[in-house]
Amino acid sequence: MAKKSEKVVVLPCSGIGKVYGALARETTYELMEKVRPGLAVTTCLPLLVINDPEAVALVRENPVITIDGCPKDCAKKSVEAVGGNLAKTYQAIKFYKEHKELKPEGIAEVNETGRRLAQVAAAEVAEEIDKLAAGEEA
Amino acid sequence: MDIQIAKVGIVSCSGEEIPEGTLCRLACRKVLDEHPGETVTICLPLFIAGGEEERTFASNYPTITVDGCDKRCAAKATAMLSGKPARTLLVPEILKKHGLAPPDKLRHFGPEEEPAVEAVAQEIAQAVAEVLEED
Repeated sequence: MAKKSEKVVVLPCSGIGKVYGALARETTYELMEKVRPGLAVTTCLPLLVINDPEAVALVRENPVITIDGCPKDCAKKSVEAVGGNLAKTYQAIKFYKEHKELKPEGIAEVNETGRRLAQVAAAEVAEEIDKLAAGEEA
Repeated sequence: MDIQIAKVGIVSCSGEEIPEGTLCRLACRKVLDEHPGETVTICLPLFIAGGEEERTFASNYPTITVDGCDKRCAAKATAMLSGKPARTLLVPEILKKHGLAPPDKLRHFGPEEEPAVEAVAQEIAQAVAEVLEED
């Protein structure tokens, strides 16, 4: 069994070109602010790109969940590039495929329907966060 | 005869951890939407996660970086991994210049944050015009 964690890092896509990047961020903020405040944390993805020591330490010392907005998988690859502790990966489109009644719209930020989908996504991701915090495999 | 239409690259801080990151994204998106024929963007992490095409972005386009904090990830990553930016903008400096307070939330910006988004977008649009004139 892996060790218990006081923080689980959730890293969303950075994109400003597609709705699923915005959905990934909204899901992350929902986790940080409402669903698992204090346990779910994030950092700026570009800090990993410039090898910022604090950000790199955060993703090496804590389990990381990535939520990518497109198949280029920037969040996942950025964590891998700095030797981060990648525990679980998501593609944000998965949440829409499973909840077609909640079609998200918007690019920099999602619309009201997208916010509702993010709440659903956050509830699912929270289960993985709880497992990781307890030292279980995600 | 080929007609070349010049475009300026805009690289935004994504700053998921800070309100200024959200401000950057919204302001950059606004400029991209209002100047579709003159601007193009790239997701910053693609300098690492992408291929050759992404890494040559700043060689292909004169590029403006927009950063949300002093760590200047967008400017540094662009210079390190793609090419020297034509302009580097910093949100705290823009807000100070316009006498505006920084936003205090990560999401769901509304009318209260609109002046800040507008000010940053204005500065980006002005930089785009200047770079196009120079190019």
